[in-house]
Amino acid sequence: MTTELGMPTVLSGLAQVPHLGPDDAKQTRKDFTSGAEVRWCPGCGDYAILAAVQGFMPELGIRRENVVCVSGIGCSSRFPYYLDTYGLHSIHGRAPSIATGLVTARPDLNVWVVTGDGDALSIGGNHLIHALRRNVNLTVLLFNNRIYGLTKGQYSPTSEPGKITKSTPVGSVDTPFNPISLALGAEATFVARTLDSDRKHLTSVLKQAVEHRGSALVEIYQNCPIFNDGAFDVLKDRDEAQARLIRLEHGEPIRFGADGAKGVVRAADGSLEVADVSAVGEAALLVHDAENPNPATQFALSRLDDATLSHVPLGVFRKVARPAYDDLVRAQVAGAVEANSGPATDDDLAALLAGQDTWTVSD
Amino acid sequence: MDDTAVVPTGASGPRVEQIDSVVIRFAGDSGDGMQLTGDRFTAETASLGNDLATLPNFPAEIRAPQGTLPGVSSFQLHFADHDVLTPGDAPDVLVAMNPAALKANLPDLPRGKTVIVNTDEFTKRNLTRVGYPGSPVDDGSLDSWQVHPVPLTSLTVEALKEFGLSRKDAERSKNMFALGLLCWLYNRPTEGTERFLNTKFGRRPEILAANLTAFKAGWAFGETTEGFAVSYEIAPAPAPAGTYRNITGNTALAYGLVAAGHRAGLPIVLGSYPITPASDILHALSGMKKFGVTTIQAEDEISAIGAALGASYGGTIGVTTTSGPGLALKSETIGLAVSLELPLVIVDVQRGGPSTGLPTKTEQSDLLQAMYGRNGESPVPVIAPRSPADCFDAAIEAVRIATTYRTPVLLLSDGYLANGSEPWQLPAVPSLPDLKVSFAPAPEPGAPAFRPFDRDPGTLARPWAVPGTPGLEHRIGGIEKADGTGEISYDPDNHDKMVRLRQAKIDGIDVPDLEVDDPTGDAEVLVLGWGSTFGPIAAGARVARRDGVRVATAHLRHLNPFPANTGDVLRRYQRVLIPEMNLGQLALLLRARYLVDARGYNQVRGLPFSSAEIATAITSLASEIEIEEVY
Repeated sequence: MTTELGMPTVLSGLAQVPHLGPDDAKQTRKDFTSGAEVRWCPGCGDYAILAAVQGFMPELGIRRENVVCVSGIGCSSRFPYYLDTYGLHSIHGRAPSIATGLVTARPDLNVWVVTGDGDALSIGGNHLIHALRRNVNLTVLLFNNRIYGLTKGQYSPTSEPGKITKSTPVGSVDTPFNPISLALGAEATFVARTLDSDRKHLTSVLKQAVEHRGSALVEIYQNCPIFNDGAFDVLKDRDEAQARLIRLEHGEPIRFGADGAKGVVRAADGSLEVADVSAVGEAALLVHDAENPNPATQFALSRLDDATLSHVPLGVFRKVARPAYDDLVRAQVAGAVEANSGPATDDDLAALLAGQDTWTVSD
Repeated sequence: MDDTAVVPTGASGPRVEQIDSVVIRFAGDSGDGMQLTGDRFTAETASLGNDLATLPNFPAEIRAPQGTLPGVSSFQLHFADHDVLTPGDAPDVLVAMNPAALKANLPDLPRGKTVIVNTDEFTKRNLTRVGYPGSPVDDGSLDSWQVHPVPLTSLTVEALKEFGLSRKDAERSKNMFALGLLCWLYNRPTEGTERFLNTKFGRRPEILAANLTAFKAGWAFGETTEGFAVSYEIAPAPAPAGTYRNITGNTALAYGLVAAGHRAGLPIVLGSYPITPASDILHALSGMKKFGVTTIQAEDEISAIGAALGASYGGTIGVTTTSGPGLALKSETIGLAVSLELPLVIVDVQRGGPSTGLPTKTEQSDLLQAMYGRNGESPVPVIAPRSPADCFDAAIEAVRIATTYRTPVLLLSDGYLANGSEPWQLPAVPSLPDLKVSFAPAPEPGAPAFRPFDRDPGTLARPWAVPGTPGLEHRIGGIEKADGTGEISYDPDNHDKMVRLRQAKIDGIDVPDLEVDDPTGDAEVLVLGWGSTFGPIAAGARVARRDGVRVATAHLRHLNPFPANTGDVLRRYQRVLIPEMNLGQLALLLRARYLVDARGYNQVRGLPFSSAEIATAITSLASEIEIEEVY
């Protein structure tokens, strides 16, 4: 028996999660705040992300007991302890795998994976790309501070080349990952980037990610005040930010800079480049298409970002509909149960155990 | 000295002799279909009500170079009119499809026994390839055996000439010709194989016709040729009344998991990564969706167990299946499951190690890895099935322990159990253990805050609090938790307490006492085994007893915790012998735990023990006692 791989009929990531009824008390930020003392370093970008999440969770309207936060190891992965939902703080890099099993078993849960650049892209790289490839219905928050924090300051898979750290005293020779390119390469169906310091943008992107059915990956540039302080300061300074941040809006020409003087255009070699709008004309500007099922242009867009943060696209790179892995798995099981005219009975089990060739011994 | 001797009774007519047991080995190239031939012969034999045991033995390469020694694949079947404990120490009949198969297997064939050779393959080229200077069929070197030279290939091609197949295609049916011949020789019925071929090749009529014709031609050849003046009959073995089937260990294990899920009323979620010899469990379970079974073929072993653990957290029965190297990769997640105190079943079908080792050969060398292969004090219950059919009950027991005590459980099968088969009396489904579990309920309004690490005083299990239950929101993880509340705790005394609590929970698992088999009641030697050595140990003890040795046997299903009476049993005997397909892993554990001078009997050859080897080891140990008594 095969299952038709049609387009998904259920498009919201929260569609099967129980929502609050009209008689239920309104949820507040407090309902999502656990009693645990938050133990991140003063000034850590994680506080802002936690506040944003606790701030908008009540607005989702889903039942708190149906929210599960799964994490790996690292500073970011302490996140579940601070949310008063179900939480599982697991092991290095394995959160996407654990979440895959949980989501497949339980369509009624809203499952988050909270992870960092080391956790997700080093030790858990394999699990992350396969969760994205399968399009498991979960939301991945990738806190990227370009450093190993909890192990006290070694370079990470997103650290810039030449990075001097405790383990690279004369500079890292590793080529860094671009997490957005990586996620697009794995054909994730929702890929976005935001900044810890931009509460409004962070909230808007995360809400879209949660609403997405399938794997959503949100990279959050996040400051580590202890081991990589100021890594993203150029994106937080008003003038610098204006020159560097490219805010993506689906269906809109990609413009940025003071008075929108800069824009993104197709380069001769098929990649994308930044140009003066006055020189190329508005008509030449690339119109952002997050819904294009072919990720090629979205990938090209992700390549505008480099280690020096000269041009940083922010927002939703990609948002496409593709059947979620867990929905397909459950459909196959449900189809088999239906073909059996209902759940297996004792007789069904007896028939399975007997198989084709039996013989009988009588007294 | 073995339990396989052919005993012609001479009671019946000249053409059919009654014998009580026989061991047949089919051997050929890995592309010759020897496993299929063996399976079909086994199925026909099982349907006659003989007791039986099988031993498939094949190379790790899918198609090793044709006609070479490493490419030889074999299937051994022992069947009898009485209970069979092993696939047989040595064949009575060897079917050799080519010179390589003859050369690789002849050393195992006692002189005087029968060899059927496919003479068509004894070409100069094939002989040279395996180092035969001339054909052993013609040069007298097989004079010590009863040789039946049969041009199997050309007879098959001749029988199929009306079908217009290419010679190559026609030759492929030679295994069916051999099967037909052996079915005639041992008076096996043919209907089952005809039905099987109809199902397998129903959509390809020409292939179906060719196989059926070759099969019948083999039968007719036996009937008509003068080469085989005698055929044999083996009466059914006495067995308790009931319905039986033949089953391999991997199939039985998959069925046991399905049955456990059915009896628990919970879905089974298998996370698995393909690995020999465990993959067939994944294959079997992937076809059982109507029983609520979900299978996730993960990207690696680590992810496979992660998915299983995530599913368990969600309130289903998470299972992962693997073999030795895969178990090594899963260690970290098993440790997490110990910390989370969630149910999880980890099946390790052991194979030769270390590292990739011998992927298709059996071994029992993952016991210490199962017991201790994790960081920190992380006790895990370990159980092992004793025979292919017993894999069914062992799987149910693994689920029982996992769900009752909220713990990962390791089930150690092995390659011999996985691929070997035996008759299995079908259980009545309602008589299977009741595995109903209850999740932690939503608290009443005003109840005190939920404490995820409060324990059931009887089992020491913590609540299975499933996401989606209002009022039980809590956080768990691999970082040490405070007893009761489950908050993160670095308190030294709390850690000491939690380590001891986790150990006490496993130590307290309800495990039946070790049963001793001592027919004379005065044995001085105890042979203690675990896992798949059950058959060879029982057969070896039977041989030793026949020779007058007073020997008791006992077999461990539960390796952690050991049955409560294990120490008493061990201390009751002057000598304890522990045969293992490793260098003494169980012996090490028992000596450390009970301070008993248990002796190992160890082989790591990728093959099960023979009963003769065990019998010799028993006799040798028993003689030590006699010598002591003399002095």
